[in-house]
Amino acid sequence: MIPATFTYRRAESADHAVVLVGEHGDEAKLLAGGHSLLPLMKLRLAVPEVVVDIGRVRELSFIRDLGDQVAIGALTRHHDLENSALLARELPLLAHAAGQVGDPQVRHRGTIGGSLAHGDPASDLPAVVLALEATLVARGPNGTREIAAADFYRGLFETALEPDELLTEVRVPKPAGAGWSFQKFTKRAIDWAIVGVAAQGDKVALVNMGPTPLRATAVERALADGASVEDAAQRAAEGTEPPADLNAGPAFREHLARVLVRRALEESRA
Amino acid sequence: MGTRVVRVEDPRLLTTGGTYTDDLREPELTGAAYVTFVRSPYAHARITGVDVSAARGVPGVVEVLTGQDTDDLPAPADGNPTAEPMLAKDAVRYVGEPVALVVTDGRYQGEDAADLVTVEYEPLPPVVDLEDALRGETLLFPESGSNVLAAAQDEGAGDDAFAACEVVVEHTIVNQRVAPVPLETRAAAAAWAHDRLTVWVSTQNAHWARDAVAGGLGIDPSAVRVITPDVGGGFGAKIGADREGVAVAWAAKRTGRPVRWVETRSENLVGMTHGRGQRQTFKIGGTRDGRITAYRLDLVQDAGAYPRMATLLATLTKSMASGVYDIPHVEAYFQVAATNTTPVAAYRGAGRPEATAAIERAVDMFAAEIGMDPREVRRRNFIAPDKFPHTTPGGMEYDTGEYAAALDRVLAAAGYDELRAEQARRREAGDPVQLGIGLSAYVEITGGVPEIGETARLVVHDDGTVTVLTGSSPHGQGHATAWAMLVHDELGIPMDKITVRHGDTDAIPVGIGTFGSRSLQLGGTAVHQAALEVKERAKELAADELEADKADLEFDTADGLWRVRGTPDIGLDWGRLAQLAGSDGLAADVHFTSDKSTFPFGAHVAVVEVDAETGKVRLVRHVTVDDAGPVLNPVLAEGQRQGGIAQGAAQALLEEVLYDAQGNPVTSTLVDYPFITATELPSFELVDMATPTPLNPLGVKGIGEAGTIGATPAVQNAVVDAVSHLGVRHIDMPTTPERVWTAINEARTGQ
Repeated sequence: MIPATFTYRRAESADHAVVLVGEHGDEAKLLAGGHSLLPLMKLRLAVPEVVVDIGRVRELSFIRDLGDQVAIGALTRHHDLENSALLARELPLLAHAAGQVGDPQVRHRGTIGGSLAHGDPASDLPAVVLALEATLVARGPNGTREIAAADFYRGLFETALEPDELLTEVRVPKPAGAGWSFQKFTKRAIDWAIVGVAAQGDKVALVNMGPTPLRATAVERALADGASVEDAAQRAAEGTEPPADLNAGPAFREHLARVLVRRALEESRA
Repeated sequence: MGTRVVRVEDPRLLTTGGTYTDDLREPELTGAAYVTFVRSPYAHARITGVDVSAARGVPGVVEVLTGQDTDDLPAPADGNPTAEPMLAKDAVRYVGEPVALVVTDGRYQGEDAADLVTVEYEPLPPVVDLEDALRGETLLFPESGSNVLAAAQDEGAGDDAFAACEVVVEHTIVNQRVAPVPLETRAAAAAWAHDRLTVWVSTQNAHWARDAVAGGLGIDPSAVRVITPDVGGGFGAKIGADREGVAVAWAAKRTGRPVRWVETRSENLVGMTHGRGQRQTFKIGGTRDGRITAYRLDLVQDAGAYPRMATLLATLTKSMASGVYDIPHVEAYFQVAATNTTPVAAYRGAGRPEATAAIERAVDMFAAEIGMDPREVRRRNFIAPDKFPHTTPGGMEYDTGEYAAALDRVLAAAGYDELRAEQARRREAGDPVQLGIGLSAYVEITGGVPEIGETARLVVHDDGTVTVLTGSSPHGQGHATAWAMLVHDELGIPMDKITVRHGDTDAIPVGIGTFGSRSLQLGGTAVHQAALEVKERAKELAADELEADKADLEFDTADGLWRVRGTPDIGLDWGRLAQLAGSDGLAADVHFTSDKSTFPFGAHVAVVEVDAETGKVRLVRHVTVDDAGPVLNPVLAEGQRQGGIAQGAAQALLEEVLYDAQGNPVTSTLVDYPFITATELPSFELVDMATPTPLNPLGVKGIGEAGTIGATPAVQNAVVDAVSHLGVRHIDMPTTPERVWTAINEARTGQ
């Protein structure tokens, strides 16, 4: 429960952070809210040589109305997402899901950027940005680039970010009045989802049903083809590779995905 | 007695905070070094070599000690092959077993240095589950010839009793292994000076810790002073001083430097003893009209890697097997099996929750088999109130009990008939969220070796203040409040003038400690009797001083003065009486013992909602009667019940310590070990009932473990009840969503 020795560097700005990770490359880890990285370091499952702390880069903490989309700074805390009037109005799915992450202490420290960039398929927000078809903005030594959420997750804890890139912003299109639902199935309120479902209109994404967060494409296709909610939900586990862990085996997760997708679609259409 | 007094401990705990072992800044600990243990990564292996040279070379390393260095210490327990060493020397028997320790200037250096101690292991096949242990292909202690360390075996005597039954139900259930998870993990500090050891340790009993340290190091107990600061929970797993506590004391003596140790949470989850861990096979038989005539319990107790208290746990389960029921034929057997896992010892209830869990599931399954309401089956089989004191087939002498009254009272408070009606309505409507109602009725044994009793010394000082020195050992219960109340009740001295001291073996030479729900009935009685003795002595002193007859003296609690009846102008206060007592002091020493245990009892009703689609269980109500005799302070008694119920519900719903096939713990962080939180629990509904015991002058029994004992089977029964109409007969604990879903599926497909 005590991390191995590391060098601590504090970034004063987003550009400074990019410079610092550029200097250290693979040896460096970015520290935002610390709720994923620090536990891994304490267990010595992560042993970075350098920790670049971006926790005080205030320019990356914002929620802005850009007209047809909302821009959210990567360092925006879950608590701020949960309590944003703008999000409550325009992106209630995101505000609600942020309020389901961990417990109040976690939500006051954890950030949307950290959650998205960590790439844990059991996290809530990655599935939410998939269902919302968000765009992620990364800054590197060669400037910024935009990555569609659908292209962001590559594998277990693996994203499209380069080692010298920093996730700075999430841009989320405002959905056109469609209903939404977030179903998080846990044993305890503070747990990661055993399975979760984020639905925005007919777009459905799954939490913890494979090595990455993923869209329930078979469900979406069935809905597009005019299937009933009941029938479409039956296809929720198609194309998934649910893990086996202490909470559930794959068969139970597949069952949960079908039940939760049905409930999500029923709720979002109610 | 019976007054709702706010805890005197709380203002400090809630403002500046307590002083736990790791918070100590005593002068004797100035410059203390830190102990870090090197622990086995193997469940079972021979140690073929230990190389400490790399660790010794690290800056800040003061000392590295291994099992080889323990050769000049007394051999453990006169040649007993299963004795637990302080540091493993020849073999390791569980992941997390201490193999070596490093002493470093800084805490962080210790973690790095421990990584550099190279231990060569020759892995042996691990014995992880109880079947492997009983098969005995691999032995943990080859000298013992078996993994079964103790047994009370079936000789087939009861076959006739079951043959005469109209209905017999037999089932094997698991009472899973759980972790105690006190908020404060284990901790110790030690300093060696002037040929004496001072050891600060987070324990439930300072005196047993002192004896463990003295015995382990081969020094006289008078050369050891143990001090217990604030303790953040123990639940039975902080009885005495574990091998780590002794090793910390040894490190201080070896290095001549004060040392301190506090374990991390991950260390705690593998290094602190676990609880429960029984596989139980029960057989219950009787008539179709609900009379139970025969009960048999055959259990295997998982001892973990070293026996410690496992035989005691199994013995308690065996002794309490028949619970609150008057069953003509009862038999109980056990085998205690060693496995390559963390040792199993006491955990809130220690053997009694296991007994209750078995018979309460058995009674429910019997009721289901004959199609009778579980309430009715219980009512027809309780030991009747006119049969007390009652000696059970297991040889227990129950003091007092009103089992049917407890059940009726809790059912009335819960609104049992309305709940059943609501359940029927949901079943008929095919509601996805079904209602389950679970009952339990329990009796347990408390007093924790009452024959050795507990001590109290009460001293009235010249300024009228009082010091109570207790051999009991609070670790969250509120002794300071309770003991001051007992003194106030007899002497009328305001509570803020009463100081309670505990946990210092120099100040209190004899003491036992807190476990087995023993404190109030033994330690409290000792305080009560000491107050009575002081009162009697005060009367004598006052009589002398006022030149009056003792019989004419009266004490006015309003102004705290002793007066001669009818002479209001002259009075003596406590300070004056203490002065009059002179060099003898106004004091009393009591060591109260009892040759019999007390048997608190109660009944619980749990109401759960079960999502029949997902298997998720929500505990929506929990109503209890926990009768431990008269209540000194409802605030404290209710606190014990609340915490106990939460831990009981936690075992029924969530918690389980798990190992993989190689004996690696897979629940060694609080991410993977799902302790319960307030979010998962409703506010409990506590119903009063107080049936005194004649075994002590206060009439009190123990309340510390009752909640856990009653809650676990009530919640489990409720979960099974919620889905019983779907054909489910039993679900093992913890009743996780996947287990509930699987049980429903299996019932549906007839498996």
